[in-house]
Amino acid sequence: MAAVLGALALWAVIAHGNALAGVVNPVLLPTPVEVGRVALDLARSGELAQHFVTSLGRVIQGFGLAALAALGLGLLVGICVPLRFMAEPVIEFVRPIPPLAFLPMFLVWFGLGETSKIAFIGYTTFFPMFVAIAASVLRVDVVLLRAAASLGASRADLVRRVVLPASLPGIVVALRVGFGLALFVIVGAEFMGADAGLGHLIMEGRTFFNPAQIVMGALVLGLLGSVFNTLLLTAERRLLRWRAAA
Amino acid sequence: MAAGAKIQVQRVSKSFTVGRRQAPALADVDLEVAEREFVCLLGPSGCGKSTLLNIVAGFLSPTTGTVLVDGRPVTGPAPERGVVFQEYALFPWLTVTGNVDFGPAMRGRPAAERRESVARYLDLVGLRAHADKFPAQLSGGMKQRVAIARALANNPAIILMDEPFGALDAQTREVLQDELSRIQRVEHKTILFVTHSIREAVYLADRVVVMTSVPGRVKQVFAIKLPEARDRFAPEFTHYEAEITGVLKEEVAKVRE
Repeated sequence: MAAVLGALALWAVIAHGNALAGVVNPVLLPTPVEVGRVALDLARSGELAQHFVTSLGRVIQGFGLAALAALGLGLLVGICVPLRFMAEPVIEFVRPIPPLAFLPMFLVWFGLGETSKIAFIGYTTFFPMFVAIAASVLRVDVVLLRAAASLGASRADLVRRVVLPASLPGIVVALRVGFGLALFVIVGAEFMGADAGLGHLIMEGRTFFNPAQIVMGALVLGLLGSVFNTLLLTAERRLLRWRAAA
Repeated sequence: MAAGAKIQVQRVSKSFTVGRRQAPALADVDLEVAEREFVCLLGPSGCGKSTLLNIVAGFLSPTTGTVLVDGRPVTGPAPERGVVFQEYALFPWLTVTGNVDFGPAMRGRPAAERRESVARYLDLVGLRAHADKFPAQLSGGMKQRVAIARALANNPAIILMDEPFGALDAQTREVLQDELSRIQRVEHKTILFVTHSIREAVYLADRVVVMTSVPGRVKQVFAIKLPEARDRFAPEFTHYEAEITGVLKEEVAKVRE
């Protein structure tokens, strides 16, 4: 918290100093007060909330669908050996393609509406989450599976009572990475074709030459990311109590 | 004894594929364990004794031969055969209670019965005060006590133990041997116990089965005719130790050659 306030103070000093000394055109280097004023204006008119909710909705839907798919398929591939041999080469081929390269394809397929953004976020976040979850399922200690089987666990019990809890630490990390990525690509998707959302707001700031609005959009995105990260960390601490127990 | 034996290992061989070669681990092992008998498998490291235990547990299938339990062939792991592992294999996300309760919960036992059996077996291994701790908070000796309670709470007829005290320090090891010997006098399980410690085998077993070096076969069987509560310093005890040491040395020497 102190570090955040420190950074804010540093920004204020630099921006206000520049405004006084005129090193660069002050419009290019907005002060915290100016950014705050833009935020206040947009909040009063209800626009900020609308853009925020639009972006958040897209992120939650795209990320949520991808997370469910990654969890289901990750568990399946981690458990079932033949499936793994089929999936691996495909994934290894698709994964290195920078997701943004496919963004225009999504716009061609799904148009400029909500579907293209949600599908694109889903596509981008699915692969890293899926690969990480499948890997953590594969790392589950075979001795734990043997112990459970010798205690009478069925195949379904093994998945629910052993594989899932044992790979939970890996799953939580995968979700955090996935959400960060979702915030990363939503901006790109909204740059390219959207009439609402924080990415659109930032682009509008460029179009109407309003750097303060650009900075504000970026800060709101950062805030969203850190709020979600905090939520997941709290959930992680509760769910993985046993790990820190020592 | 053939018809009545609880566990019958019949001409079991096992080889593993290493690269392109077949590496034999067990060759034609025959072994019978009577009901309520405590049998120790003893042999030089890498002689396949753990492999044999894993086959009896149903974790591995033999290349040839069969294992019968109560006359029926073993096809996979089952709750009638509890297993205690050297690396404890506790579920780290469950408390001590959750671990001990795992088997009864899996088999859908009624809640009242489960509570009772958890309490009983935690008492038996002296861990009632630690019921709500997680495995990460326990010492190695305590973890293995939990693992033993977990196996017993599922009420198996057979308990298979794979070097269960191998990772413990010498003092803890003897304490746990004492406890296991005391528990066996109460519970009367059929136990197959893998170890590389002669002293441990003589202290615990009704019979000690000495195996040859790779590929493992049964070399010699010693019936330990000592009272149930044993004295590690009695002359008879040391006599068995010396005798088995002599036989085992030949096998260890073969590995060295």
